[in-house]
Amino acid sequence: MKSAVVQLPGLNRDRDMIAALTKISGKAPVTVWQTEAEIPDDVDLIVIPGGFSYGDYLRCGAIAARMPVMQAIKDKADKGVKVLGVCNGFQILVEAGMLPGALMRNSSLKFVCKEVKLEVVNAETDFTRAYEKGQVIRCPVAHHDGNYFVDPETLAGMEDRGEIVFRYAEGTNPNGSLGDIAGVMNRRGNVLGMMPHPENLIEAAHGGSDGRGIFASALDVIAATA
Amino acid sequence: MVLAQQFGGRSVIKARVTVTLKNGVLDPQGKAIEGALGSLGFSGVGQVRQGKVFDLELDGADKAKAEADLKAMCEKLLANTVIENYTIALD
Repeated sequence: MKSAVVQLPGLNRDRDMIAALTKISGKAPVTVWQTEAEIPDDVDLIVIPGGFSYGDYLRCGAIAARMPVMQAIKDKADKGVKVLGVCNGFQILVEAGMLPGALMRNSSLKFVCKEVKLEVVNAETDFTRAYEKGQVIRCPVAHHDGNYFVDPETLAGMEDRGEIVFRYAEGTNPNGSLGDIAGVMNRRGNVLGMMPHPENLIEAAHGGSDGRGIFASALDVIAATA
Repeated sequence: MVLAQQFGGRSVIKARVTVTLKNGVLDPQGKAIEGALGSLGFSGVGQVRQGKVFDLELDGADKAKAEADLKAMCEKLLANTVIENYTIALD
């Protein structure tokens, strides 16, 4: 399994993501700059990390979603390559139309930086096989615009198809998102977006490793890291 | 209404795009502003919805082309049509 991390001006969680992918897979990811129109052929997982691409101008992720690299990512996703967007990466994926819905200003109007609980709603995805259905894990969040919104008809279809992958659990919804939604995937199941930062809870130095399963699943190294 | 103005021999169409949240989409910023207006003593403010205004200058004098271009700009970038509506006014 080879991974790639996308880099754009203003994204600042790329180093954490590179560290997590390297530690969990044993191989450093390739990095892809925003103007690159192609992703290497042997990449199986593309990760768009968090941060504040283009200063969050216009809407979070709006400008980044229109950069050349996004067409390359869409082409790869259409071929079945896995794509994971975390925080600003999730915002970029919804702005690019690769995931349904929108991420709006937190209902509290405040930036939240804390730990929340996540329920693994769907454990039969390429990103969550390391977990049990209904398992509650710890995960850090750090965002100002994580308030997920989607129209009711689209939401009903997503729920029926198991595309709601993570919900905030035990009353820890930090942003007012609809249905406590924390992470969603596309219909094909190869594109996942989530506001929380699993890359920041992967080893003892982080105070826990609950986030490790997402990368172990996506990188297909569950047995090796169990 | 003057549609195209001459700037040094160059025709320019001025346009204003207004982007607002769709009905039914919660607007926490609008709610906070509504609360602040109330605390300033402005009673009777039923609802505040916050939006965005873009003033653009487009080269050319073709109003129909300008409107078509602006619509494409709104659909592709200026508005997120999942949660926002837009209006285009030429002046």
